[in-house]
This record gives sequence, structure tokens and C-alpha cells, in this order.
Amino acid sequence: MDVLYFAWVRERIGVPREEIETKAATVADLVDELRKREGRYDLAFSDVTAVRVAVDQELTDFDASLDGAREVAFFPPMTGG
Amino acid sequence: MRIAVQAEVFDPGAELTRFATGRTDLGAVVTFHGVVRDLTGDLTGMLIEHYPGMTENALNKVAQEATDRWDLADVLIIHRHGTMAPGDVIMMVATASAHRNAAFEAADYLMDYLKSRAPFWKKERRGDQTDWVASKAEDEAALDRW
Repeated sequence: MDVLYFAWVRERIGVPREEIETKAATVADLVDELRKREGRYDLAFSDVTAVRVAVDQELTDFDASLDGAREVAFFPPMTGG
Repeated sequence: MRIAVQAEVFDPGAELTRFATGRTDLGAVVTFHGVVRDLTGDLTGMLIEHYPGMTENALNKVAQEATDRWDLADVLIIHRHGTMAPGDVIMMVATASAHRNAAFEAADYLMDYLKSRAPFWKKERRGDQTDWVASKAEDEAALDRW
């Protein structure tokens, strides 16, 4: 699946997007998997209360299922307007 | 209904004229436009990042929700991304209705949702230093009004 990062999450991880092979069932499982990979992921997700997630471009929460998901995005709380 | 997500500079006055001219079904038009502010006198620029695709979907969805909730004749949302300078226009919202209350309330609702539910992130530059703008708890709390 495609995993996208924006704003300071992107800066901490170092890439805007990557393709990840995963069997993670939920967003939280994917985050756990990424944090175990490398320190930069562990740093980016060290406080998940500061991170928001969208699955297939719909804002959701960390309990959301990844069943059939094509695109997951992680980013800080939005500051539009 | 028109939704535009663009890097290009735009003129809110010209957009308002285009939005509201030549129609006889509008009794009330409300507009808001947001500007890059510099209250400390040292801001040298602002960068706005967004999530192409999701941004357009989120703006369309909130505009549709406003149209379902209030009796609106038309809605306009323009939001820029990319680099801006202090004083530059960032975005605008316009709502049109037969009556003013619907236009005022819908514009207020759109702005509250744009602040914390549309995938934009602001980064301020002061000299050599850049900082992501933190979201405000009051912006999140404002959604409870609706």
C-alpha cells in the first residue's frame, strides 16, 4: 500500500511517500510495525496523539481497519484557513 | 458551487464580482478571506503544504454539507498552497442565499471546518528559521458548535 507523510511527519521520516508491504490489520498495527523498523519512524510516531491519519483520503482514527486500503496518510493536526 | 485549490495568486474582489453578479436569486452574499498576518514584524514568508486529492475531496464534502444544511444558492471556496508573503491572500469563502442568516452561518461553518478538517499545513519562516504552525485547541473546539 502507499503510505504518505505530510508536514513535520514527512520531515522526520524523510520521504513524502513510499510503498510498504504489510499485513497490518489496523492503522495502529501499521504504526507499531513502522516504529520497529527504524529510529526515524519511532521518532515520528513517538507521540501518536500529535498525529492524524487518513485512509484512502478519509480522515479516520488509529483503530481503523486497513482491509482493502490502498493509501494511508499520516500528518499533524491540520492548520488550514 | 466552485472549489479551487491553487498555487496562483487571486483577487478576492474579482472573485466576489464573478460570484455574485448577474443573479437575481441572491438576497445575501457573505465573504471571508484570510491573509498571511505578521503581528511580530519579523515574518519573512509562509509555506502551505496540502494533500492533493484529499484536499479537493474534503472541501467538496464540507461545501456539500453546508448546502444540505442551509438554504444556499451558491458556495465558493478558493484556497492557495505554496509560498506566500505577509499580506498575501491565503484563501476565501463566499456563500450566497436568499436570506442573510443562512449566508452568515454557512460561511462561519465552512471556516470552522476549513481550519481543522481540510488537509493544509502552514509553515512560517522568520529569517533562517522555519516552524510548523501548531493547531489551536480552540479551533478544534469550535467544531462542537455545529
